[in-house]
Amino acid sequence: MLFELSKVSLTRGDRRVLDSVSAAIPPGATAIVGPSGAGKSTLLRLLNRLADPDTGTIAYRGQPLEQYEPLALRREVSLVPQLPALLEGTVESNLRYAAGLAGKELDSEGCLRLAGLDSGFAERDVAKLSVGEQQRVMLGRALAQEPAVLLLDEPTSALDHAARDAIEATLAELRRELEISIVLVSHDPEQARRLGDWVVRLEDGRTVEAGPIEEVLA
Amino acid sequence: MSTSIHLGPGQVAASLALVALAAAVSFWRKADLERDIGIATVRSFVQLTAIGYAIKLIFEADTLWLVFGLLAVMVVFGALTARSRAKKVPGAFGPLLIALATAGATTLGLVVALGVFEPTARYLVPVGGMVIGNAMTASAVALNRLGDEMADSRAKIEATLALGATGREAAAPFVRRALRSGMITLVDSTKTTGLIFFPGTMVGMLLAGASPTDAVRLQLILLYALLGSVAIAGLVATSLAYRNFFTPAQQLRELESGSG
Repeated sequence: MLFELSKVSLTRGDRRVLDSVSAAIPPGATAIVGPSGAGKSTLLRLLNRLADPDTGTIAYRGQPLEQYEPLALRREVSLVPQLPALLEGTVESNLRYAAGLAGKELDSEGCLRLAGLDSGFAERDVAKLSVGEQQRVMLGRALAQEPAVLLLDEPTSALDHAARDAIEATLAELRRELEISIVLVSHDPEQARRLGDWVVRLEDGRTVEAGPIEEVLA
Repeated sequence: MSTSIHLGPGQVAASLALVALAAAVSFWRKADLERDIGIATVRSFVQLTAIGYAIKLIFEADTLWLVFGLLAVMVVFGALTARSRAKKVPGAFGPLLIALATAGATTLGLVVALGVFEPTARYLVPVGGMVIGNAMTASAVALNRLGDEMADSRAKIEATLALGATGREAAAPFVRRALRSGMITLVDSTKTTGLIFFPGTMVGMLLAGASPTDAVRLQLILLYALLGSVAIAGLVATSLAYRNFFTPAQQLRELESGSG
């Protein structure tokens, strides 16, 4: 298994965001689905230790997450947040920053192509890009680190239909080209069906179903 | 030319006419500051009178231990005051205390070591007070800005942490801006000094009958010393305070008022 969660709970303020969640996430593409406020994004942030659960354990490739050095883990298990949040500067400077953190040589053109952008974007100022383009740069920036796992938090929620279809096509292409696993949070079961082959469904911070997509979302 | 000035209580009382004017303006234009003006007047009178007597005692005793004691009290009160301006920074008191102490010790140490002032109470108390006061303002402004920046930029900071950056790397642009805003006021006022306003020390010396050359030289020394002290205070305060936003696992802490 890629990730195994066992009785994971997390409280924020007086709200129990995750309530004894147990689930297995295999390699490949997994969709975490559920209504708004179900705890999907919180769960995703736990997978690369942007936050830790109050109780319960999470294992990555059979080893507890705490046994990984957090910075190295985040470069291997890269999270792309729901809304673009790039550093000031050009597209290329953002890619270079990410590649530098992971100690990788930057293939700017390759990263942009995988993210569905042409090489002309490299010198563009990120502040002058559309939200859809910024979201692609966020994806390209994560790919510049050559991660083994991509965690995507509602990657198309801020986009129109055309941009959403383009990002989905890009993600499908990524899976064909790279040996990369994807864990994707989505409130849209149709998107989960299009992109995932495994699904975990959360409601009110609890796992209600988990399994192959054709069984759970039949 | 006289070298000293003598003012009686009557003259201080007469200057209250301007306080009455300020209160009248506030009342007339409904600025709702009359109460604050009253408090400020009473506090300034009590605090300055008390510190005047304390300084008199310290000057007469002329022992450095008393000087250090007084400066230490100023550092603690300065850090407490600055903390109230940096409410969004968790655990701000420690960084502020270290920042003010470092700024005071380094600046005074340097001006004494360079032979600018003698290490006596007569120099160390007033110069130390100015240095610590300005360091307090600069570090309060810097941490106030840091708190705002970190609160407004949570998404960007967390997105950078998600790439495997350390808290230090993720916070760097915001720490830089905070330091800049802490220092900029004094840098700007140093640029315009003598043109748009006369600084207090120079005015005081001129009123007390010193020669304009001496007044200008002392003022320049103090301005340059203050530039050094606000830089040290801002640097130390921001460099220590940003750490309190992160856990040892390089996670952005959930703050009480944060959007989380």
